[in-house]
Amino acid sequence: MKQNLIALAAGLLFGAGLAFSGMADPARVQGFLDLFGAWDPTLAFVMGGAMIPMALAWMVQRRMASPLAVSKFSLPGTTQLDRPLAVGAVLFGMGWGIAGLCPGPAIADLAIAPTAVLPFVVAMVAGMALHRMLPSQH
Amino acid sequence: MTLPGFPHVMPLEGFAGGLLIGLSAAVMLLGLGRIAGVSGMAARATGIADTGAPRGLAIAFVVGLPLGALVVSLLAGGVEVTFPSSIWPLVIGGLLVGFGTRLGSGCTSGHGVCGLSRLSRRSMVATGLFMASGFATVAVLRMGGLL
Repeated sequence: MKQNLIALAAGLLFGAGLAFSGMADPARVQGFLDLFGAWDPTLAFVMGGAMIPMALAWMVQRRMASPLAVSKFSLPGTTQLDRPLAVGAVLFGMGWGIAGLCPGPAIADLAIAPTAVLPFVVAMVAGMALHRMLPSQH
Repeated sequence: MTLPGFPHVMPLEGFAGGLLIGLSAAVMLLGLGRIAGVSGMAARATGIADTGAPRGLAIAFVVGLPLGALVVSLLAGGVEVTFPSSIWPLVIGGLLVGFGTRLGSGCTSGHGVCGLSRLSRRSMVATGLFMASGFATVAVLRMGGLL
């Protein structure tokens, strides 16, 4: 229960940050990717802002034996660069450019523009389900 | 605040919002020992992924996203969003984002915010590739007269 409340608080902070930073707006995100149009560098400021608490958090994490609310860290340990990582990132970037949306802003927009964002969220979940159906996933 | 030459930029709001996002990711890391990766949490919350965070935790995080956006929208008297006028970019983009983030094990939050700040080699490669792919895709759309 305590874990879920912490996760809810983190989700709230994340969603608030997305909405406040302008990243909930697909046109603004697409404007960042539009180098040959009226380029909007806002996303770079968002990334810069997000890096500061996280860089500090990783420094603190290295000195901690366990997280504050659970018994152990569950962090990705893979270091291998492989084809799925590369192909997945390229496909994700294409979709990001086409719609101006990635998963966080899309889900946050369910509160701001639910009817407008719904087709994207439904398609995104379908894309995730489609990936699961790949033979290599079993 | 505006910057000369960039009529739409919001550097202060962007930076402050970015701090909130980084703080959220720090809470997940130091409190729960996990990466605040939205694609992974969404896959876990919907039951599409069998492994990862406990399902209740993933659902709580995912539900928090629109609630946080709603709070800002209520306090600020609305949040400006402009969506593509056709449904097709949303459907095609959504399919690619859903499939691609699962195949590539993360999105802008997991690889971008959490992975880059950890100096993870996989995340640096993934972020470089999805940014390059996003820039190239929008350039192609612009050349094709689709923007």
